[in-house]
Formats: sequence, C-alpha cells, structure tokens
Amino acid sequence: MSPEATVSVSPMLEMRGISKRYGRVQANDAVDLEVSEGQVLGLLGENGSGKSTLMKVLFGMVKPDRGTIQFKGELLARHSPREAISTGIGMIHQHFMLVEAMTVLENIMLGWSRAGAWLRREQIGELIRQTSLSYGLELDPAALVGELPFGQRQRVEIIKALVRGAELLILDEPTSNLSPPEISSLLTVMRRIADQGRAIIFITHKLGEVFDVCDEVVVLRDGRVVGKSLIANATRSGLAHLMVGRDVSTELNRVDRRPGAEVLVMRGVGMRDSSGRERLHDIDLSLREGEIVALAGVDGNGQTDLVDVLAGLKYPTRGTITVSGRDLTRATITDRLANGVAYIPVDRATTSLVPGMTIEENLGLRDFDQPPFRRGFWLNHRAFRKQAEARISEFRIAASGPDAPVQTLSGGNQQKVVIAREIGRNPKVLIAFQATWGLDPGATRFVVDQIMALRSHGGAVLYISSELDEVLMLGDRIGVIADGCLLGLAPRNQVDITKIGLMMAGHRELSGLT
Amino acid sequence: MNYAVIIELLSASIRIATPLLLVALGGVISETGGTFAVGVEGMMLGGAFGGAVTVLVTQNILVGLLASMISGVLLAAIVAVATVRFRTDHMVTGLAVNILALGMTSFLLRGLFGGKTPVMVLPTIGTVRIPWLCNLPVAGPILFNEPLMTYLAFFLVIPVHLFLRRTRAGLTLRAVGENPSAAFSVGANPERIRAVAVMVCGAFAGLGGAVLSLQELGTFTDGMTNGRGFLALAAIIVGRWTPFRVMWGCLLIGAASALALNIQGWGLPMSSYVIQMTPYLIALAVLCGIGRKARMPAAIGKAFLRS
Repeated sequence: MSPEATVSVSPMLEMRGISKRYGRVQANDAVDLEVSEGQVLGLLGENGSGKSTLMKVLFGMVKPDRGTIQFKGELLARHSPREAISTGIGMIHQHFMLVEAMTVLENIMLGWSRAGAWLRREQIGELIRQTSLSYGLELDPAALVGELPFGQRQRVEIIKALVRGAELLILDEPTSNLSPPEISSLLTVMRRIADQGRAIIFITHKLGEVFDVCDEVVVLRDGRVVGKSLIANATRSGLAHLMVGRDVSTELNRVDRRPGAEVLVMRGVGMRDSSGRERLHDIDLSLREGEIVALAGVDGNGQTDLVDVLAGLKYPTRGTITVSGRDLTRATITDRLANGVAYIPVDRATTSLVPGMTIEENLGLRDFDQPPFRRGFWLNHRAFRKQAEARISEFRIAASGPDAPVQTLSGGNQQKVVIAREIGRNPKVLIAFQATWGLDPGATRFVVDQIMALRSHGGAVLYISSELDEVLMLGDRIGVIADGCLLGLAPRNQVDITKIGLMMAGHRELSGLT
Repeated sequence: MNYAVIIELLSASIRIATPLLLVALGGVISETGGTFAVGVEGMMLGGAFGGAVTVLVTQNILVGLLASMISGVLLAAIVAVATVRFRTDHMVTGLAVNILALGMTSFLLRGLFGGKTPVMVLPTIGTVRIPWLCNLPVAGPILFNEPLMTYLAFFLVIPVHLFLRRTRAGLTLRAVGENPSAAFSVGANPERIRAVAVMVCGAFAGLGGAVLSLQELGTFTDGMTNGRGFLALAAIIVGRWTPFRVMWGCLLIGAASALALNIQGWGLPMSSYVIQMTPYLIALAVLCGIGRKARMPAAIGKAFLRS
C-alpha cells in the first residue's frame, strides 16, 4: 500500500489519549493508536508495557481513566465486550474461549443471535464452510474441538470472529504455541483478512513476525507509545531497542569449548502412561560437561514426560538414566538433587515456587534439610537470610527484601528466584523446560545469559522449549521432540532449519535423513 | 412366570421409574449447567410433602402439583444461592439440603397439625386408559394403561432433549457446564444461568416427589422418598447426561425394583430387606461398570470466577 493511500482513507479505529492507572502503576499514558482498513498493525512491547491494557480498553473489558475511542466514525465509550463485538471488533484471546466437548459448529453458534433461538445448524454450517474456504482456513464444522490441534482451534476462534462480522480483529500473541508451518499459514491468513478490507491488530513481541506480516508497527514501553513506523522504514535492531529501552545485543558471545565427560546418559528410555499410551519412545541421549542440548517441539509432544522422568516426578517404563555413571532411573528426587541434578519447571506458580512463601524460603527449598540450613532438628533462619541476600544481589532480583512473598514479584523476577535457586547450586546437570515462558525479551536474555554462564562453568544443560529461536541460539546440539520421539539431534553447525520446522510439525520420516 | 406376571412386572417398572425419571430430568438440567444435583433427594421429599399437604387442605390435585413444584424450587433456591453466590461445595450443599428437607418435612407435618401426625388419605391421580392403544397386545396394558403423571414424565423426555440439543438456550446451558468462561466471553451470564437451571431442577424434582405422595401412595410419611433421589442421580450417570439414555437408566432401576417386589411374594428363605436392597445393588453395579467411562460436564462442581 502506498503512503498516499493510507493518508487519504480516514482510519477505521482512532484511539486518542488513552490513560489508565492501576494503583501506582500507570498502565497506559496518553496512548494514541490508529488502524486503517486493510492494515495489519503490529503492537510490539515487553510484558507489562501496557499492550494488554490498551486492548482491554478497546474491547470494553476495562474502562479508561481518560481518552476517546472512535471506531468506524462512531464514538465508543462505556461499552461492554458484547457491544464491542456487535460494532465489529473481534478479539482472539491467548487462551482460547472454546468448549472442548462441543463441535466447531456448536462453538461458533454459542451465544450468537443469528444462530437462531431454534438453532439453524445447516445454514450456519454452510456459512462456516464458505468463510473457511474464502480465507483459506480449512475447518470441518462437525469436528469436536477437543480433538483438534492447537492451530485448528485458533482457526475456530478466527472464524467465530469473522462470521460475527468482525472488521477489526485483535490477535493477542497468536503464534506462541504454534509450530513454524502453522505460524506461516496463520500469517498468510492474516494478510488475506486484511486484503479483504478488514484490519488486524497483531500483539506480539516476536520481531521476525512483525516484519513478515505488518504494514505498520507501534512500540509500547512503560505504558507510552515510544515508536511508530511503517514497516518499510523500520529495522530489527531499532525496534528491539525501542521495545527494551536499551541495546540488546541479539548475538550471544558463544565461546567454543570442547565438551567434557558424559554426565547425563539416557538409554532407550520409554514411558507408557496409565491408559497404556506410549508417551516416550526409546530416547537415547548423552549430555556432556559444558554442553547445551536444546530440544525444540510443539507443546504436548512428550516434553512434559521427558522432564518428569528426568526430574524423578515419574518413572520410565523402560530404559536407564545415569548421571556421572550412577544409575538414577528410579532414584528419589532427593537422591537426584544430591547427585547434582537441577530442574527448572515450566510453571512458576505451581511446580517451581510456593507463591505464598517468601523469597528466602523459596530459595531454601532444595537444601533446607542440609546444614547450614538445618541445625540439628531446627531450621537455621540466619542461613536462609544470608543465602537469600547473596542470591538477590548476584541475580539482580528486584524485590523489597528477602522476606517478600514470591507472589508479589513480577513474572521475570519470580523466574530469577527459580534460576537463582537452581543455578546457584552449581548443578552438574540442569533440566530447563520452557525456562523463558511468558518472559519479556529483557528477562529472557537474563535467563539465557545465566544458562550460558553455567555452560562455561562446565555444567551440562538440557534445554527444552517451543521457541525455536531460543533453541537455535542456545544449543550446542539441537534436536526435536515430536510425538514422544527424539528426532534429528545434530551439532549446531549442521542444523537445517526447514527440516527442524517440518519435524516439529510431525513429519517423522524426515528424521531418517539427518 | 406366565404372561400376566410379565405384563404386570413391566407395567410396574414403568410406574416405579416415573418419579425417578422426573427427578433425573431435572438433575440433567442442573448438572448440564455445571451444578451437581445432590440435593434432588431433599427437593423430591419437599415436593412430596408440599403436594400432599396442599391436597389435604384444598382437595385439588392440580393445586397440589403446583405446590409440589414450588416446594422443590424453594429448596433448590437454597442450593442456587449457596453454590452460585457463595461458591459453596456442591456435594456438601446438596447433602445439607437433603438433611434439611428430611427434618423440616417431619417437623412441619406435626407442627402444622397440632403436634400429631395427621392421618392422610388423599385422592390420587388416576389411571388413564388410552382408547384404541390400550387394546394392543402386550404394549397396550404396559404402556397405555398408566396414571397421568407417568405419561407426562415420559413425554417430557422429548422437550428436554430438544431443548438441550436444538435450542440456543440449551447450547448456552451446556457451554456453562463445560466452560463457563467461553460462555461468558460471548455475552452469557453463567451465574444466572446456573441458578435458573438449579431451580428448574427443583421444580422437576418436586413434581417427582408429588408422584409418590399423590399418585402412588396417596399419603405422606416421614422420609418417604427413601433414597429415590439418589437412584435418579445414578440413572443420570448411567444415561451419561442425555435425556433418552437417562430414561433407559430409570427404566432399568424401575425393572429391578419391580422384580424385587415380585420376588418378595415368592416366599424365598431370604430376608425381605435383602431383596429390597437389590435395586440399589444393581444401580451400584451398573455404575461401577459404566461410571468410569462416563464423561461428566467438564466444569461441573467448579465455581465460575470472573477474571
């Protein structure tokens, strides 16, 4: 689209001077935002930059303190989400609002007056079929949502919004859980939706996708618009700088080092769950000192089972796991800790941390039964405090003090507590599962740097993530987990990204080619 | 067993299944919306009591049926307010209502009539022979020679089924029981929908109670529902929350009960109490077999929290 065309059309959406304050936090500070027909607008920002608040204001979930919204020439004020939908705004939440036990058709008819008080199944089914054809979103209206893969469920949400007449679609981090082929097909669909005269606001913090699909990009930081640019005039490093507010060197300084002795060895590890399904298929893996093995994969392909088996939360049904030659296949968790295994779980709020307990207590959770944290029968609070103070400064945890409950910290600082506890023990083996999940680029970088530091101290790291970029950045050797199998493990200089993408999408036959 | 005995047995199965079916249909509505219907035993007893007392005073069966529904709804309202507004545990709340209903009906029965239990001999809802159809061989005497409420109960299966499967309101109700957030995101009000579903359940259960006091027995006695509400809950699970299958579940339990009654007359060297246990044992056995496969509404028993 030429610049003249953008100017001549009055924008579909105009948000002016939106301000919203939560207590002491100014979530939005006089934010202006414009979107025109046929445009994909990227809304870029770290967590807590005010993207979600701004979109909640637009969708009527949050009332702004100040500011006006004009949509299609009409003023939107004190509107509910329902009114937002009926004026033509559709929102695809990060967590889908779908009923798994119902069909695609039923989910789309749910709460929609056009479906009729007496449901018009055939007509709506036909409408879905047509809509899905015209946007290239193949979808079977009769399929049960619970049996659809993640990418297909997202299509249900998109079609749900489209058939209800959404002219402006808000997509909240829609690519987080998709495999690379699914991402590229989503981006194509987004482009097609915009080309048909609708508009899209694309919330993300992944720069690559912004360049792939957006016409224009707006960067938010600390609740303010800090940058706005046509995509043609933007640069990757410029946007990254705007978003984080300081220079983030995107390149890691990776020191080549020769890996040492084998530490963690898995031989033919398989696991069958209680319903008899094979969750892991004969996994062979050896991890050496000072080496990072990074595994990519779409969520739900056996990653959870693999880390559970290594961390001792579940036992494998076949195969052996040894650490420095000691068989830990069926060892207790305490045994594993004593043998230098550390584990960063995916979910901070449940497995990693006790949210209601203080930082010093959470930091002491691994070794509280050992001196100096134990003095005879009693806990030694002074030792807890001393360790906490050291870790807080070493890992730059932003908190009011060691006695602050962990739940009062931001997600990034909570993860720092986890990292400080696990890496602070100087483990021989670190199992990191989605260690940067939900973190913004600044905090992600911190986690990545700590893991690299552990590597240079000779630690062995198994890094499992659905973020392909991170896997490619960190791994000395890189592989894919798909359907419970470990595929295509290869040194980083021999990795073929296309092949990795296809393996993530479940093309197992390719593994034979590497 | 001869022809006449079999006819009588099947006919009795249907009669015994009638109150269960009404209660179970109410339970299906409540549980589809995500609220465990544990309180139906109490709502049923309340309905039996309200209906009986009203008929005793007014001698009008229609007013009595209405009163039984209102009694059920009032008890259901307690469940609705507690579980929806105060997010109490559904099991505990349901059991509390059951105990409340048991105590309160016994108390009121005496309290309303000057401290003594009145002798109640009430007019009952009579049998209606459907012309032509009742003369059919086998099916005639079994299906078309039944009391009025029995026809009503089995007829109601159809509208309840159509409501749940074919209407937008039914779709919304199912969504509220599966994933209330999804229903909320498209503009439904899960709290209100759940409360209404529980009260509709109360009306059905009350009517089921009235079948006992006004159709079967023509009187009210303390605790007369005697666990039938729980049998209805078993039928819901056997029928996996769909009206037609739930109807078959009720008929299965009805048949077992009818058989047990019949066997008592055979003079077997066995305590009649043991024989009376059989329908419950059968329900238990069927549940053990089916219960594990049954998939209940995903958000049943879980309070809806607006984020």
